[in-house]
This record gives sequence, structure tokens and C-alpha cells, in this order.
Amino acid sequence: MSLNINMEIRNDVLCIRLGGELDHHAADELRQRATSVLEEQNVRHIVLNLEHLTFMDSSGLGVILGRYKHIKQLHGEMIVCAVSPPIKRLFDMSGLFKIVRLEESEEFALERLGVA
Amino acid sequence: MTEMKNEMNLQFSALSQNESFARVTVASFIAQLDPTMDELTEIKTVVSEAVTNSIIHGYENNPDGKVYISVLLEDSTVELVIRDKGVGIRDIEEARQPLYTSKPELERSGMGFTIMENFMDEVEVRSESSFGTEIRMKKYLLKSKALCN
Repeated sequence: MSLNINMEIRNDVLCIRLGGELDHHAADELRQRATSVLEEQNVRHIVLNLEHLTFMDSSGLGVILGRYKHIKQLHGEMIVCAVSPPIKRLFDMSGLFKIVRLEESEEFALERLGVA
Repeated sequence: MTEMKNEMNLQFSALSQNESFARVTVASFIAQLDPTMDELTEIKTVVSEAVTNSIIHGYENNPDGKVYISVLLEDSTVELVIRDKGVGIRDIEEARQPLYTSKPELERSGMGFTIMENFMDEVEVRSESSFGTEIRMKKYLLKSKALCN
């Protein structure tokens, strides 16, 4: 089991699609890959699609919070979409939903950021 | 009904790639109690939290360290003990506070203990600098609660 990371830039939005398992081991790679895109490309917002994520722990919360802080410095927004019930519980527990927006699907998330 | 007792012990290097090995192994051992999907996810998550703590905090990423897990199944109770022989936790009360982390530079969320306390029925922590850290947790699976009613 490992983490599958797919990234695509649409207008000024970085779409990060995760599949598999996001733990401390996988969080390091996700942090590095997302950070290098945020630093090198002209990106203002992040849409994080968790549709195919089968497992996440608090290391996942940490890496998501880290990217949120990064995108806030760029005056952008982060929207998380397609969150499964077990992962949603972790978000609720940590209070992350108070600062990160939630959408049902990537399509809705992109719409809210003005990407057709 | 006869009482069932079954035990499993696991020892592995403090390497982050063993985090998934640990949670999957514990989950497959517990599968014989026929837990719900939610219970299985909760146990996998707490194993991941405790093992990650041992690797990052207990051994400060030194792969020579060893993480020890033992699982005891008794009727529908799962007892999980996760231990390291690392540096220990200086202030357990502080470490158990939600969002507290001793390593903010590593983007830790500080939610590890909070998750363990939420997902398990009992969580006991013993930690000393000469001993390391031992987290002893219990979970009563739903099946046994139904029998009590």
C-alpha cells in the first residue's frame, strides 16, 4: 500500500488527487511534490481531491494544514473534496473544516474557484 | 460461551515504511473477531499514530530503534500495547493536549493522542527517559456490547 499522487494545474488552481494511503511515510513525498509546484508554478488555489484515498492518519492532517498555510500566504484558498466518512471524522476532530472548505466533488470545487 | 484468548507479538525497525506494515498486520490479526469496518479503520489509525510517534519522537528517526507491538484478544476486547525504548515523553499531560506538538517544524498536526483517545475505550501512557514509551489501549468491539444488553 502506498500513496498515489496525481497533480494537474487548471488556470491558477493546483488539483491534487490522492489515492491509496496517506500516513507519515507518504506525507513526506506529498509535501515535497506539492511544495515544489507551489514554488515553481503560478498557482493560487489548491483543490485537494480525496476520492480514492483509503486511509489517512494525523500525519495527513499535518501535511494538509501545511499546504493550507502555504496557499494562504499566496492569498489563495484550499478546497477539499470527496472526503470519505472515516477521513471526515479526523477533519472534524482537528477542527480543520473550520478553515478549509469542503465540496462534494472536484467539479463543484473548481466551479467555486471560477474554473469552468 | 467459552472464553477466547489469543495473543500476537511483533517487533520491527523504526522505519516509516513499516507504519503500513504494522497497521495492516494488526488489522488482519483482529479480523478473526469480525469487527465492523469502522472498528477496523479506528484500530489501523491508532496503530499508525502510536508507531509514528515512536519513530519520530521516541527514536527521533534513528532506524536502529525497534518498535514492539503486542495484541491480546479476549472475547471481544482488543488490547493493544505499542512500545519503544526511545527517549520518552517529557510531559505526558502536555503531549496529550489536542494540537500540541513538540515538533511543529515537521508539520505535525498534534492530533495523535486525541485520535487514540477518541478511537479507543482506554488509553494509558507510561513514559520515562530510561524506559521509553509504552501506550496501552483497549477497545471493546460492538459485538460484546450487544451481548451485555
